[in-house]
Amino acid sequence: MVGSRLVLRDVEAGYGAVRVLHGVSIDVNEGETVVLLGTNGNGKSTLIKCIMGIVRPERGEIALERDGERIDLIGRAPEDMVHLGITLVPEGRRLFPKLTVEENLMLGAFRAAARRDIAKNLDLCFEAFPVLRSRRRQLAGSMSGGEQQMLAIGRALMSTPAILLVDEPSVGLAPLLVSRVITTIRDLKERYHLTVLMAEQNFNQAVKIADRGYVIVHGQIAFEGRTEDLTEHELVKKYYLGL
Amino acid sequence: MSGRAFAVAAVVVIAGGLLVAGLGLNQYYYFAAYVVLQYVVLATAWNILGGYTGYVNFGTPAFFALGAYTAVVLIKWLKAPLLAQLVAGAVVAGLLGLAIGYLTLRLRGVFFSIATLALTVVLQTMFVNWEYTGGARGISLARPATAPFYGSYVQFVFAVMVILAVLAVATAWCIERSWIGRGFAAIRDNEEAAECMGVPTLRLKLLATTVSGMLMGLAGAPFPFYITFVEPASVFDLNYAVNSLAMPMIGGTTTWVGPVIGAVLLGSAQQIATVTISSELNLLLVGVILVAFVILAPEGIVGLVRRLSRRDPA
Repeated sequence: MVGSRLVLRDVEAGYGAVRVLHGVSIDVNEGETVVLLGTNGNGKSTLIKCIMGIVRPERGEIALERDGERIDLIGRAPEDMVHLGITLVPEGRRLFPKLTVEENLMLGAFRAAARRDIAKNLDLCFEAFPVLRSRRRQLAGSMSGGEQQMLAIGRALMSTPAILLVDEPSVGLAPLLVSRVITTIRDLKERYHLTVLMAEQNFNQAVKIADRGYVIVHGQIAFEGRTEDLTEHELVKKYYLGL
Repeated sequence: MSGRAFAVAAVVVIAGGLLVAGLGLNQYYYFAAYVVLQYVVLATAWNILGGYTGYVNFGTPAFFALGAYTAVVLIKWLKAPLLAQLVAGAVVAGLLGLAIGYLTLRLRGVFFSIATLALTVVLQTMFVNWEYTGGARGISLARPATAPFYGSYVQFVFAVMVILAVLAVATAWCIERSWIGRGFAAIRDNEEAAECMGVPTLRLKLLATTVSGMLMGLAGAPFPFYITFVEPASVFDLNYAVNSLAMPMIGGTTTWVGPVIGAVLLGSAQQIATVTISSELNLLLVGVILVAFVILAPEGIVGLVRRLSRRDPA
């Protein structure tokens, strides 16, 4: 896997007249797991969507640094991001409910470079998530929430990503499943040398696997630091996360 | 069905069709079978956009009529042979499909459908007012004095339609088995997710409207020489929109075989009803069958067969 680094500088974005992000700067270095913390409505998903090219920022820069090369990401379509090795596990999973598990996984490999490795990646997916193998002919929409989240992650892995964006993996899952999903992301990250940026509001679960974190409040970075600093910083919890 | 089995079946159907065309049966049979085959092309074409990507198109008459009128212009202007009419009809209708794709594919669901319905009205108004092609009165066309290969021209266009039907179905078959077909299914199921997964949604949708439009134009291009009279009211008939949508729905929209089954069953039933009861009954017949299917077998005959075979323990 090529070394990739994500750099965001002073990103401002919004929807129509509503400004959501007010100059956000973050870095995601190669091999890191960075968590984007914040409660609902603070701009986590918008930031992820900006990186993926689904929302176009009004100002600022978003770039991918790879092998000493700097690639400007603003203005590119989501399909280009996938080609560049950036893949999203979307919020609410967004599976293809009326297609089978296997068809969902195949669509994860739509990127031309990933089609060559389909057999290999499919094996890796089934190894990581044995439940998907036994359900490969089942319709994705008929599985439980936890299984659907596994499928969403598996589908993203099918594109052989270098950088994995994960948007709120805990949404709609029982606490036990949240814990399992989070540890799965860590295992996968270690096994495939992924770089992970995860937006999450479940502080305690997210810091379990994060190297660094950013706390985003009202569209601005209110605090950033290593995981130890975040957990020790009572103010962060008290004022920014409402814990 | 494997690629080889499909290729063999296609060759057998074409050979059988060409043979039957040479038998010199009662001309009415060729006349009626042509219409059924024409619906195989239209239903298959509709299904590539409506069934595979989920964009419901009410504009079949527009594409069909454009194919027919392109042929009319070529006949009147250049006395062009049928092959040239077919190619031109397909290209012009395909370009219309591409243009409509660009203009309307930002619209989703029912809004896209309304836009395609409007397209039919706009295009019909244009041809009603275009004197060169006969305007609202229509235009009579003389077929070539002798038919190539066969005893009568109706037999010849029947044979041509057999080939076009196989061509259309083969196109759908190829799409279904390729990455394009997978992308189409992703768009149908969840377009936003498809985009996130790197599926080039806009390009695929444009491809679907173009190919679908081309095949509809191809179905319309031999129409002037088949019927020898073209008028806006008949080629822009709403029947084409309703039938090309109802046939895949009845057969099943997710596979190539669905529209074929639907077109053969419904098309034949309509031909029989026209002779035995009345031609006015056709639309009622389609309506009743469609309602019955939507309620009893929403996934069409193909879905029904699948469901029953899955329930079967053997």
